[in-house]
Amino acid sequence: MHWIFESGFFSSHPVHVALFVGSLVAVVSAVVGVFTVMRGQSFAGHSLADVSTAGGSGAFLVNVNPLLGFVAGGVVGAGAMEMMGVRRARGRDLATGIVLGAAIGLAALFLYLGTTRSSTTGASQQILFGSIFEIDGSTVAIVAVFSVVCLVIMAAVQRPLLLSSVSTDMAAARGVPVRLVGLLYMLALALAVGLSSLAIGAILSTALLIGPAAVALRLTKRIGRAIVAACLTGVVSVALGVLLAYDSYDWNSSHAAWPVSFFIVVLIFLAYLATELPFARAAAARRRDDDPMVPAHGDR
Amino acid sequence: MTNAWVVATIVAVIAGVVGFFVVLRGSAFPAHAIPNGAFAGAAGASLIGVNTLFGLGVFSVLAALGIGALGRRGRRDVVTALALVVMLALGAFFLSQTTEYEPEIFSLLFGEVLGIASNEILPVAGLGVACLATVAVLYRPLILSSVVPDIGEAKGVRAQRMEMAFLVVVALATTMTVPVVGALLIFSLMIGPPAAARSFTNRPPVAIALSVGIALATVWASIAISFETNWPIGFFVGTLSAFAYLAGRGWAAWRRTGAPRAVPSESRAPLVAY
Repeated sequence: MHWIFESGFFSSHPVHVALFVGSLVAVVSAVVGVFTVMRGQSFAGHSLADVSTAGGSGAFLVNVNPLLGFVAGGVVGAGAMEMMGVRRARGRDLATGIVLGAAIGLAALFLYLGTTRSSTTGASQQILFGSIFEIDGSTVAIVAVFSVVCLVIMAAVQRPLLLSSVSTDMAAARGVPVRLVGLLYMLALALAVGLSSLAIGAILSTALLIGPAAVALRLTKRIGRAIVAACLTGVVSVALGVLLAYDSYDWNSSHAAWPVSFFIVVLIFLAYLATELPFARAAAARRRDDDPMVPAHGDR
Repeated sequence: MTNAWVVATIVAVIAGVVGFFVVLRGSAFPAHAIPNGAFAGAAGASLIGVNTLFGLGVFSVLAALGIGALGRRGRRDVVTALALVVMLALGAFFLSQTTEYEPEIFSLLFGEVLGIASNEILPVAGLGVACLATVAVLYRPLILSSVVPDIGEAKGVRAQRMEMAFLVVVALATTMTVPVVGALLIFSLMIGPPAAARSFTNRPPVAIALSVGIALATVWASIAISFETNWPIGFFVGTLSAFAYLAGRGWAAWRRTGAPRAVPSESRAPLVAY
C-alpha cells in the first residue's frame, strides 16, 4: 500500500482541499461540458477560460478579489460572444476568436502593469497554470456557492436546453425561447469556467470541461447517462491526478514535484483515446442500435 | 529596432495570407491551439537546451498532425480542445522541471518583438518563404475545398488531405511567428485582419491583399505605440485587430442598410464562381 499512497497523503490538508475543490469543479464542468460538447462550443468554453483570466489579472492589478475579476471577465466575454455571434457555426467561432484575441491583449497589458508595478513575480504563471494545491480557505467557500448556483441554472434550463441543442428549429417550433435559453447556458458556462480557472488554472478548466464530456458522449447518447459518466470520469481523473502529483514529489532526488494539471490532463486524454479503441467503438455502436434516438426527440 | 520592423513585416504578411484561409475555413480554434501547443515545445526545448525554434517547429507540427488525425473521427472542436490541453499540460510539466526565469515565459506567450537579434531574421524569413510557397501551390484546391468541399471531392481534392496540409501550413506560420509576437497574439493577427478584410470584399485575391495590408498596419502601429508607451506589443496587436474586425462589421452593416439593395453583398457567390 505504501508505494501507492505516499506517507501523509490522507492526513495532508492541501490534499483534502485539492480533492474537494477538484471534484466539485469536475462535477460542475462535466454537467455543463456535456452540453458544450453537444452544441459544438468547445472553442467558446476554452476561450472563456482565457477571457476570465484577463478579468482575473485586471482584478489582481486593482487589488480586488480575483474571483470577482474572473467571474466578471467570463460573464462579459460570454455576453460579447453571444452578441457578436452569428448563427452559423463558422461565424460563431470567428466571434469567439475576436473576443479571445482582444481579451488576451488585455491580459498581456494587465500582467505587464501588474508585474512592473508591484514586482510580484510568478503572477502570470500562477494565473495561467494555477495550482490545485494552493487554494486558500475563502476560495473554497466561494467556489462551493457558485458551483451550486451553476448547477441550479443547469437544472432549470436542462430540458429546453437539450431540445435546442439537438435542433434549434424544433425547439423554436415548440415555443422554447431559444435565445434566452442559450444566454442562460452561456452564463452557466461562464460561471463554471471562471470558477474552475480561478481554482485550478486555465488548462485544467478546459480539460475538465471538454474531456470527460467527450468521453461520456462517445460511450452513450443518453443525456442522463452521459452526465453521470462525465462526472465519474472527471472525478476519477482528478483524484488519480492529485495522488500521482503528490507521489511524484519523491520520484527524483531533487524533489521537483510534477504539476498536477499534467497528470489530470494526461489521464483524461488517455480516457478519450481509449474510446477510440476498436472494442469501445463497437460497444458504443451496438448501444446506439438498441437505442436509436436521444431522449430529446421523445416525450418521456 | 530595424530588426523589429523587418521581422514584424514578415510576420504580418504571413499572418495576413494564412489568416485569410483560417477565416475562410472557420479554423479559428486550431489557429489558436497550434501556437499554444508550440509554446510547450519552446519550453521543452529550453529544458533540454536545444534551439527554441526547433522545439516550436516540432510541437506545432505535432499538434497539427494530431488534430488532423484525431479529427478524422471525433468532433473537430473537441479534438482540438483536447490536443490543446495536452500540449499546455506538457508545457506546464516542462516548466516545472526548469528554473527558467519568468520573463522568458512571459515573452514566449506575449512576444518580444523589440528584442530580435539580427541572426534570428534569416530562419524566420526562410520559414516564411516556405509557408507562402506552400500556400501558393495549394491556392486553388485549398479555396475550392474550403468553400465547396463537395465539389472539391468530386474534382479529386480530398478534403481530409487539404485539412491536414492546411494545418501544417498554420504550424509553419506559427513556428516563425511565436518568438516574435508570442503564442497568444499570433492568433489575433490571424483572425482580426482577415475577418475585417472579408467584410470589405468577397474576391479572394483582393481579400488576401487587404488582409495583409490591415495586418501590416496593425503590426506597424503596434510597434510604434509599444515603443512610445513601453506597454506590451501584444496588447496593441490584440485590441487593434479587434477594432479592425469591428470596423469591417460596421462597414458591412452600413453597406447592407445604406447601399442600394440590388447588390447582395453578403452572398458568397463570387467566391464559388471563382
